[in-house]
Amino acid sequence: MAEDQNKILEEVTGSDYKFGFTTSIDTETIPKGLSEDVVRLISAKKNEPEFMLNYRLEAYKHWLTLKQPDWAHLNIPEINFQEIIFYAAPRTKPKYDSIDDVDPELIDTFNKLGIPLNEQKALAGVAVDAVMDSVSVKTTFKETLAEKGIIFCSISDAIKEFPDLIQKYLGSVVTYNDNYFAALNSAVFSDGSFVYIPKGVRCPLELSTYFRINAMNTGQFERTLIIADDDSYVSYLEGCTAPMRDENQLHAAIVEIVVMERAEVKYSTVQNWYPGDKNGVGGIFNFVTKRAFCKGDYSKISWTQVETGSSITWKYPSCILKGDHSVGEFYSVAVTNNYQQADTGTKMIHLGKHTKSLIVSKGVSAGKSQNSYRGLVKVSKKANDARNFSQCDSLLLGDKCGAHTFPYLEINNNTAIVEHEATTSKIGEDQIFYCNQRGLSTEDAIGLIVNGYVKEVINQLPMEFAVEAQKLLQLSLEGSVG
Amino acid sequence: MSIASQMVNTTEQFIKLFEKNQSALSNGMHPKVNQLRDVALNHFKQTGIPNTKVENYKYTNLQPFFRPEYKQIITKEDISDNSNPNFKCEVPQLDTYQLFTINGRFFQGNTFPKLPDGVIICSFEDFTTKYPEHTEKYYGETAQVNSDAMVALNTMNARDGFVIYIPKGCIIDNPIQVVNLMIDNTDLFVNQRNLIIAENDCQAKVMICDHTVSTQRFAINAVTEVFIGERAVFDIYGLQSQHNMTTQVAGTYITQKTGSNVMVNNLTLHSGIVRNNIYVTLDGEHCETHLYGLYLNDKNQHVDNFTFIDHVKPNCFSSELFKGVLDDYSSGSFTGKIMVRPNAQKTNAFQSNRNLLLTPDAKFNTKPQLEIYADDVKCSHGATVGQMDENALFYLRSRGLSKEEARILLMYAFTYEVIEKIKVEPLKEQIRGLVEKRFRGELDKCESCVVCGQLGHQISCL
Repeated sequence: MAEDQNKILEEVTGSDYKFGFTTSIDTETIPKGLSEDVVRLISAKKNEPEFMLNYRLEAYKHWLTLKQPDWAHLNIPEINFQEIIFYAAPRTKPKYDSIDDVDPELIDTFNKLGIPLNEQKALAGVAVDAVMDSVSVKTTFKETLAEKGIIFCSISDAIKEFPDLIQKYLGSVVTYNDNYFAALNSAVFSDGSFVYIPKGVRCPLELSTYFRINAMNTGQFERTLIIADDDSYVSYLEGCTAPMRDENQLHAAIVEIVVMERAEVKYSTVQNWYPGDKNGVGGIFNFVTKRAFCKGDYSKISWTQVETGSSITWKYPSCILKGDHSVGEFYSVAVTNNYQQADTGTKMIHLGKHTKSLIVSKGVSAGKSQNSYRGLVKVSKKANDARNFSQCDSLLLGDKCGAHTFPYLEINNNTAIVEHEATTSKIGEDQIFYCNQRGLSTEDAIGLIVNGYVKEVINQLPMEFAVEAQKLLQLSLEGSVG
Repeated sequence: MSIASQMVNTTEQFIKLFEKNQSALSNGMHPKVNQLRDVALNHFKQTGIPNTKVENYKYTNLQPFFRPEYKQIITKEDISDNSNPNFKCEVPQLDTYQLFTINGRFFQGNTFPKLPDGVIICSFEDFTTKYPEHTEKYYGETAQVNSDAMVALNTMNARDGFVIYIPKGCIIDNPIQVVNLMIDNTDLFVNQRNLIIAENDCQAKVMICDHTVSTQRFAINAVTEVFIGERAVFDIYGLQSQHNMTTQVAGTYITQKTGSNVMVNNLTLHSGIVRNNIYVTLDGEHCETHLYGLYLNDKNQHVDNFTFIDHVKPNCFSSELFKGVLDDYSSGSFTGKIMVRPNAQKTNAFQSNRNLLLTPDAKFNTKPQLEIYADDVKCSHGATVGQMDENALFYLRSRGLSKEEARILLMYAFTYEVIEKIKVEPLKEQIRGLVEKRFRGELDKCESCVVCGQLGHQISCL
């Protein structure tokens, strides 16, 4: 089973690189810094229609009026936006000529995760040869989707090919004036994915950025828009379990999801960007705005996230439950080690009647890291019979780390039933002793216990991810013992 | 004038008022009290009267209620009526040491026969001059001016209040009862500063009752600093029963030393806008803290309980239970912050906040928070907002109880969990009765009490 999966993964990841950017535009970057001209330049380079340029400019003007938020339980260094290059065409040249040049520590990690050699090369930025059969995999994949009428392409293509859909939905869930990083993303977003599932279609495949050409290197300002029309279903995977080395320090992505009547969207993320070294130097800042809008009655959205990477994570996948009987779910595992900081959680905004939401958040902090859950459950006055249950658990491994919970419950309707539970604890010595006694090393024992602790969330992940996510957790916590 | 600029003005006017009154306030007070005024002023200038933009006051905007044009009583000379308050506070079969404060000032007619040796009960004004060494040691130590803008405002204007000092090893069986009365013929801004010092190994109980006796608008900003010495056992009962035009910010700032045990049980029976700030610092090992709260809101009342438990040292225990029933278009909020500092290992901290919403217009916001920097801890919090259990209602109705009776019984059962924590038996019985009356709507009609805004002839409390 696992072998088959590996094979599939190997094939499909290989395909990215074969058809990836070898033929794409020249590697050109624009000057550092952010100004109106830069925004215009980005739009021009992407041959965008007029409305997109206007949208970007409005967002940019609004961004200028904002200040970087400081309310999160994070220590964010000042970001100098004039030092950032806001547009870079995808890398065409590999960074290394052979796998031998790659950092041995990284190779070691790959091996532990059981990532096939070709994929390792791809991820580390080594030139990869064509992989057999990848053509057929990709073609079959495209054909299957086309048959059903599903649109799955890059957002740049969508802007040109489906301007009506884009004009209607882009920025409808996360408006450009939503927050600081959303405004920034709206002004300068580079690329991302667009998914449209027509009425009554159940997407037969797990859609993954893995499968789409141009998926890699979408840049630091990724933009995703998913529209699930009436009675449709789609499961979307984002990210990858393998460690991603990336030279962009700041990532500010936006994900918007619109769910129509009786439609269901499942969005899974595994994020394992470079978390910085053991002393907390370097690492990615991950400031993401993710929101799903359950527009239709009986619609459903389910967020699942496994966050192990990035030096700073600032991310609150949210659900606006407008349709009556709509359902929002949020499953999260956030692991922090060394000097990582995470402030993550969700917002459940109940607007429709009989809406339900479920929050399961599991935090694991080790080393000198800080891990916070921040969540809002809001029941509006008209949301009769709303129901919410939240469970936020934190596990502490080490006496220098911190685990925090900041839930907000705002209830304006007396028929609502809202429950919140949170616990914080450490792994019991008796539990470790029990495992030791049965021949497990302490490190393995912790891996086992942590995996048991997060099982509820991991179970929500599609099969392909679940196995790797488990290994990843164990790996992220390596060196956190003793 | 826009609302925003009006708000800025409120703060500025409070600063101007203070600058005008500073010499009168400082006259004859201990130098430390006067020094802290300037420190507090600096903080207040930055923060101002809190509004909902301040994270800790997210659900309670105080700016409209603290008006600089309200009268402020500064010195003894400002008191118009010095007569004995015609106020009886009797709990059957309970002997207490009773003291009154009127409009935030210690009532001079208070007498305490049979008070154990060494126990001091006096006004804050007198205490700072008579006992400078205690003032130096304790004043302004737990209620840090930078922790809260209202503490800063209080420290700026600190002049009077009550002081209770219990010497080492002293055990007082009967509770000390403080009755805070508000009575005046104009709208009043009351700034009350209290100090409770319980030295090592002592045991005592303090009941603090807040009442309004006249129908004017009152804006009360009270700060009570509480020091609990090693192995001391101390209970504080708070009872707030005020009319709807009252705005009260009641800050209780507690520091506990090794092996001490503190219980705070705060009941908000009736009020206008109430904000309770309860800060507890567990500054010693093996401390125990129990915080309980009950609030029963109706009409447009608003009760905001803010608690902050700071586990500084290892091996401590804290538990919190706050319950509320919200009727009509009332609102409420709860913030419970538990901080476990690095090295405060083996901490056990538990918190629970449960609320009943009775009408579609009632609303509640809750913010239970954990901030944990040590690993060998057991911490949990839980919060629920909901309505009455239909099954339980049905069960009672099927046993022949009327709908109203069944509702009252369930509400009463819901609140009893907090009431039963009261360790003084007669007081428990009294509160139990009061809560039941309150649910039956009888408290409002009570002729002898002014809580509903009607002026009674004879006033009694509890």
